[in-house]
Amino acid sequence: MRVALFATCLVDTMVPQVAHATATLLQRLGHEVVVPPGQACCGQMHVNTGYRREAVPVVANHVRAFAGAEAVVAPSGSCVASIHHQQAMVLRRAGEHGLASDAEALAGRTYELSQFLVDVLGVTDVGAYYPHRVTYHPTCHSLRLLRVGDRPLRLLRAVRGLELVELPGADQCCGFGGTFAVKNADTSTAMLTDKMANVLSTHAEVCTAGDASCLMHIGGGLSRLRSGTRTVHLAEILASTEQAVTPHQATRPAVPA
Amino acid sequence: MTATSRPPTFLGLPTAQRPSLPTAPRGVGHLRGDRSFPDAARDALRDGQLRANLGHATSTIRAKRAAVVGEVPDWEELRQAGKALKQATMARLDELLVQLEEQVTARGGTVHWARDATEANEIVTRLVRATGADEVVKVKSMATQEIGLNEALEAAGIAAHETDLAELIVQLGEDEPSHILVPAIHKNRAEIREIFLRTMPQFAEPGAAAELTDEPRRLAMAARAHLRERFLRARVAVSGANFAVAETGTLAVVESEGNGRMCLTLPQTLITVMGIEKLVPTWQDLEVFLQLLPRSSTGERMNPYTSLWTGVTPGDGPQEFHLVLLDNGRTAVLADEVGREALHCIRCSACLNVCPVYERAGGHAYGSVYPGPIGAVLSPQLTGVEDNASLPYASSLCGACYDACPVAIDIPSILVHLRAEHVEAQQRTTPEAAAFRALSRAMSSPWLWRLAQRAAGLGRFLSRGGPTLPVALPPPASAWTRSRDLPTPPRETFTQAWAREHGR
Repeated sequence: MRVALFATCLVDTMVPQVAHATATLLQRLGHEVVVPPGQACCGQMHVNTGYRREAVPVVANHVRAFAGAEAVVAPSGSCVASIHHQQAMVLRRAGEHGLASDAEALAGRTYELSQFLVDVLGVTDVGAYYPHRVTYHPTCHSLRLLRVGDRPLRLLRAVRGLELVELPGADQCCGFGGTFAVKNADTSTAMLTDKMANVLSTHAEVCTAGDASCLMHIGGGLSRLRSGTRTVHLAEILASTEQAVTPHQATRPAVPA
Repeated sequence: MTATSRPPTFLGLPTAQRPSLPTAPRGVGHLRGDRSFPDAARDALRDGQLRANLGHATSTIRAKRAAVVGEVPDWEELRQAGKALKQATMARLDELLVQLEEQVTARGGTVHWARDATEANEIVTRLVRATGADEVVKVKSMATQEIGLNEALEAAGIAAHETDLAELIVQLGEDEPSHILVPAIHKNRAEIREIFLRTMPQFAEPGAAAELTDEPRRLAMAARAHLRERFLRARVAVSGANFAVAETGTLAVVESEGNGRMCLTLPQTLITVMGIEKLVPTWQDLEVFLQLLPRSSTGERMNPYTSLWTGVTPGDGPQEFHLVLLDNGRTAVLADEVGREALHCIRCSACLNVCPVYERAGGHAYGSVYPGPIGAVLSPQLTGVEDNASLPYASSLCGACYDACPVAIDIPSILVHLRAEHVEAQQRTTPEAAAFRALSRAMSSPWLWRLAQRAAGLGRFLSRGGPTLPVALPPPASAWTRSRDLPTPPRETFTQAWAREHGR
């Protein structure tokens, strides 16, 4: 299958290794990966902060950039949820009905990584090797908007060498919430503290998730505490193999201490 | 306000044509805080006792709710039925309210229409004065907290005694409620004991304090002794209502303690203050809500007391019944095609109990009697969003509230909508708006976006080769870096690297 990769603005700019891992994984599974050069952002940050008018050209750009794509995959539950639940609505509110229909059709072909692997490709064992103790944080938008359920856990359970430990209070928000993390920094930090306490209680080396944004928040907190537990995106774990990734790379923290 | 001069509702009209409808007035009632949510939350977060009390209470009630909801096989259908009933009710609220008025009147009650908190307080004060009483007993009621009725009565020389145990604790402690269902959720047993010892006359005598321990039963017995005397002497009761049935004119209050039942049956006069959105069209509709409400609120299959009354019954219960129908901004909420869903709320507080923000910041940080997720969408709409502008942002949009809501109110979508209403209400360009506009331009033009990304990448020089950016950054970045490291931006973005490697 020819898969168009939507890196997402955050991953593209701040943690490119996550998009790289997504591409590597899809190619290893025998698919052609294209990266439409016009891509930028899904528009979620604008919509969720109250700038729905300003989101319109951002969403329009996204729809244009991915026009004609057979399937779009993004390593983010949150951005895919915005594409599914917000893009068409924002365009329709602005009177862009034609573009809204295009956005809706595009959303129907857009998948979060774990959904794409399990539902579209029908694989749970992607041939990965990752010899670490890992706990998984289900991000809110993956969990409640996309309902990815246990798909990421099924993928992780099939990774050789990986010891999966259950995260207590997993369904509790980590406190990121986009601009919430800055506008309500104190409450966000209080939520983060409880999330970190749960992560650290597992004695995992790695906390993983399907969203680089939540991981930047959790990882930023863990790094500040010099905890040694690091955050690694699900795509990076699934892309790791004994051959393709050196031990040094496989253990590289998302935010190095 | 009379039935004939009621302002029309604007269902179905596009937002652009929406006229400006009156919101809850300033200076009366408890819908506005003196501080923004982030400021109030900052202080609350430092209160370790509050955090411990809330964490314990909300996790207990969350588990109870999850267990009793989980045992209902058709919960989702029930929830959708609740939502559909509320939608249908709101669509013809004007007709149904008139029907309710007719039915209540035909059965010996008197209906009063209150445009806002000031009018409602005036009506109730006048009605109490007419009885000659100088005190009232109160059934737990959010509507009367919303309008600040106790303060209004006090100003008129009438004492209002709260009889719900938690409301009593709050009243005796000269505190504010912090939860819709459990107003004293922020207090633990030891703190409640201290309040009782300090304020209840029965413990004034030396040595009497030893009788009171922090055992729940002992505390309840103390409250009972304190309240019993008031029940027996009260001539007037004031209540809210959980539901009103339009077809029969029946009012309903559900509760756990039976103290409400005492107020609703013993006094001569009963005055009920009810928000206009509390209606259900028919008696049968109660079937849905009386299943949804107790499981969602107290985590019980059925609440211990369900009191229903219709007008006046000679020789049985209050012989004078007044129903005050309160608008106080609700018609304005109804006119907003996205926000009106907030009026479906049945005040169960399930959203508070699952909210990670509420659990940490507590109810007082919201500055309104309606805290938590539902408060964050209801309060700004009742007051006008500019009077509660920080509340729609007091959420990480995690969506737990939407999942827990027994009438499926899409609270996250309303929060996002209200954020936009706030942004669009600004006359001047804020620095934030300027930044978001610039970002919008960049993100809608590929070449400009690559340029912006390259500029962001220059941030790596601030790190001087280190893995993270400096902790001391200017605002708003400092709000992030105060508690979290920011990784050093990479030398090259993914799309740049891909283009280089794949020859574009």
